[in-house]
Amino acid sequence: MTDASELRRRTTELLAAHPPATTERLDFLRARFDAGLAWVHYPVGLGGLDAPRALQAVVDAELAAADAPDNDPRRNGIGLGMAAPTILKYGTPEQHSRFLRPLWTGEEVWCQLFSEPGAGSDLAALGTRAVREGDNWIVNGQKVWTSGAHNARWAILIARTDPDVPKHAGITYFLCDMTDPGVDVRPLRQITGEAEFNEVFLTDVRIPDAHRLGETGDGWRVAQTTLNNERVAIGGMRLPREGGMIGPVAKTWRERPELRTHELHQRLLKLWVESEVSRLTADRLRQQLSAGQPGPEGAGMKLAFARLNQEISGLEVELLGPEGLLYDDWTLRRPELVDFTGREAGYRYLRAKGNSIEGGTSEVLLNIVAERVLGLPAEPRTDKDVAWKDLAR
Amino acid sequence: MSDLLYSEEEEALRSAVRDLLGDHCDPAGVIARVESDAPHDTAAWKALAQNMGLAGLLVPEELGGQGATHREVAVVLEELGRFVAPVPYLSSAVVATEALLECGDAELLERLASGRAVGVLAVGLHRAPGTAFSVARLENGRLHGQLTGIADAGAADVLLVPAEDGGLYAVEAADAAIAPQSSLDLTRPLGTVTLDGAPGRRLGESAPAVHRALRSAAGLLASEQLGVADWALTETVRYLKDRTQFNRPVGGFQALKHRLAQVWLEVVNLRAAARSSADALSTGEDVEVAVAVAQAYASPAAVRIVEEALQLHGGIGMTWEHPVHLYLKRAKADSIAYGTAGAHRTALAALVDLQAP
Ligand SMILES: Cc1cc2nc3c(=O)[nH]c(=O)nc-3n(C[C@H](O)[C@H](O)[C@H](O)COP(=O)(O)OP(=O)(O)OC[C@H]3O[C@@H](n4cnc5c(N)ncnc54)[C@H](O)[C@@H]3O)c2cc1C
Repeated sequence: MTDASELRRRTTELLAAHPPATTERLDFLRARFDAGLAWVHYPVGLGGLDAPRALQAVVDAELAAADAPDNDPRRNGIGLGMAAPTILKYGTPEQHSRFLRPLWTGEEVWCQLFSEPGAGSDLAALGTRAVREGDNWIVNGQKVWTSGAHNARWAILIARTDPDVPKHAGITYFLCDMTDPGVDVRPLRQITGEAEFNEVFLTDVRIPDAHRLGETGDGWRVAQTTLNNERVAIGGMRLPREGGMIGPVAKTWRERPELRTHELHQRLLKLWVESEVSRLTADRLRQQLSAGQPGPEGAGMKLAFARLNQEISGLEVELLGPEGLLYDDWTLRRPELVDFTGREAGYRYLRAKGNSIEGGTSEVLLNIVAERVLGLPAEPRTDKDVAWKDLAR
Repeated sequence: MSDLLYSEEEEALRSAVRDLLGDHCDPAGVIARVESDAPHDTAAWKALAQNMGLAGLLVPEELGGQGATHREVAVVLEELGRFVAPVPYLSSAVVATEALLECGDAELLERLASGRAVGVLAVGLHRAPGTAFSVARLENGRLHGQLTGIADAGAADVLLVPAEDGGLYAVEAADAAIAPQSSLDLTRPLGTVTLDGAPGRRLGESAPAVHRALRSAAGLLASEQLGVADWALTETVRYLKDRTQFNRPVGGFQALKHRLAQVWLEVVNLRAAARSSADALSTGEDVEVAVAVAQAYASPAAVRIVEEALQLHGGIGMTWEHPVHLYLKRAKADSIAYGTAGAHRTALAALVDLQAP
């Protein structure tokens, strides 16, 4: 088994063969992937060494100390957090070798074409159609709220391939080329003024069957891998004390005594405590994962994260008083990433509202916790045995 | 980084304690006992303290203890909370023991570690670490005065009494008059200690001893609160799966599912906070912040969780016969014990430089 000292040895080797100071960024990242040091828990040949996931921290620390370039993970959150584990689990060897390396290096950014105007929480009701034509699938439909579609080279896509069976049974999962002429990405301006997400219109998009992920009709099961990873992506984050949204508020509190009131003090302390406890819960979740005892805390982490971000950013705007009445910039921008800390309090307040909607709403996550963790009875389902085409829409 | 999981040994300890308490502390038995003249369960205490040797967990082996850490004590307290066990464990094996460890009194430590004697620190249960506490008068080397709100005073063999000279004194319970008070929490009864010229042996300085005792107590109380909360969640989920109204289990109604999911999340957070402060106490790193965070979070969380449990049980939750009231009383009393959440938030404000206006 690959242990920490073995990983340190390989990291030293990589740094010797490709000194960060004189190596092109991309060349270094590719070499790191080929050395199995990209995500060490992935299989050999796919950027990893079959090592325990917890040991990634060893590699990351060594590389950071050597000032090596990193793959700027925030730029490709959907690719790294969701597309990669799904491709790894359901992909063919050809798909593995075609997609994983440029995904990890960030040469190819990914987006997620799941939600539709008529299918959000009820994602399995989606209506985008994929019809088989020889070696290709012809896709038509509309997706919405697609984060980063304007930067993405590839998309994970789910589409309906059989309307005559109940909704969960007739879905297939594809890898969609965003440069296909049938893909039309239109900015959807959001509450913050910018357009981080998009509407995506798919008109006769041709997807080769070789870009189908998993079996035809098995797309819902494949999508579960994506959705579960989406939820733990947040819980897996390791932050120092005050590393989250509470950091900027605490800083303002310390630096600007004139803003302090007793009422805000009580609220701030309460949120500081809750942030710290949430951080400990995330630490505990990660320790469980590395000890091989995956707990159900992941869904809970996203719930807590959303509520805290919203309460804290709301407090921050109030703390600023008259300055809270101002906003930094309403121009329509097309950001490459969601940059909470680079913007001001008003932005944080507005953007945090999405935290309880994106990646499954808090209401839906509470259902998941109640049913899958606590084993409470499932919501009544009237659509279970009805063909998708006969459902109310 | 602190270790927030349970080790295999800790899990083994948990199941041993849980088995024992399962035999001794069934809810109906606990309810009947706390109404009697002898609210403490001496048989359970003897089994835990003497047979299993748990009273000596924090005491070094050379003094007849187990030389274990706060992490193991925390696991014991979780289980004691789960059963709202009426035993003086927190008072004797944690609070009094920590005070004695600070004073370095081998003789008394051995007595307490063996479980043969119950020690009680004569400081009001509500005192937060680092705050003022009442003291006894000294006249000609004898102790005088009345100290109230003393947890488990009725079970004490020896009292540790702070006096006006800044010393901590050991007083045999037989030399004091101890009267029960009518307590909100029936399973951790309070008492009044009256000293009327009682002889005492000076053990050391009271300020550091009391501070250490109360700080450990506050930090480890979060584990007891976790046990109380975890019981409430488990019982409520079980009940709501069984209970039917409107021709379906009421646990299937989304309004209740969401409330239970929220309770689950708070229990998960409470566990992380409790493990963190137990670990910090055992390593000595970051103790002040970890304890303040744990108490500031645990007290309101445990109360809210048990209040939810009561509400979701409906009418049966309001009865004397259903044990949920024991848990509510314990949770509410715990929210005042060793400092309220507000007191711990105030302490935290200074520790992490978030000053008041
Ligand atoms: C910032 C942001 C970024 C996003 N990025 C992407 C992306 O990149 N790709 C992508 O595919 N999607 C993305 N989404 C879409 C997101 O996943 C959906 O918005 C979300 O799943 C909710 O669906 P909906 O908007 O259709 O709301 P609806 O499903 O219509 O929900 C309306 C309300 O009803 C509640 N509700 C619905 N069903 C239930 C139920 N069973 N029980 C209780 N309450 C219920 C919801 O909680 C909500 O409050 C993004 C969304 C946001 C806000």
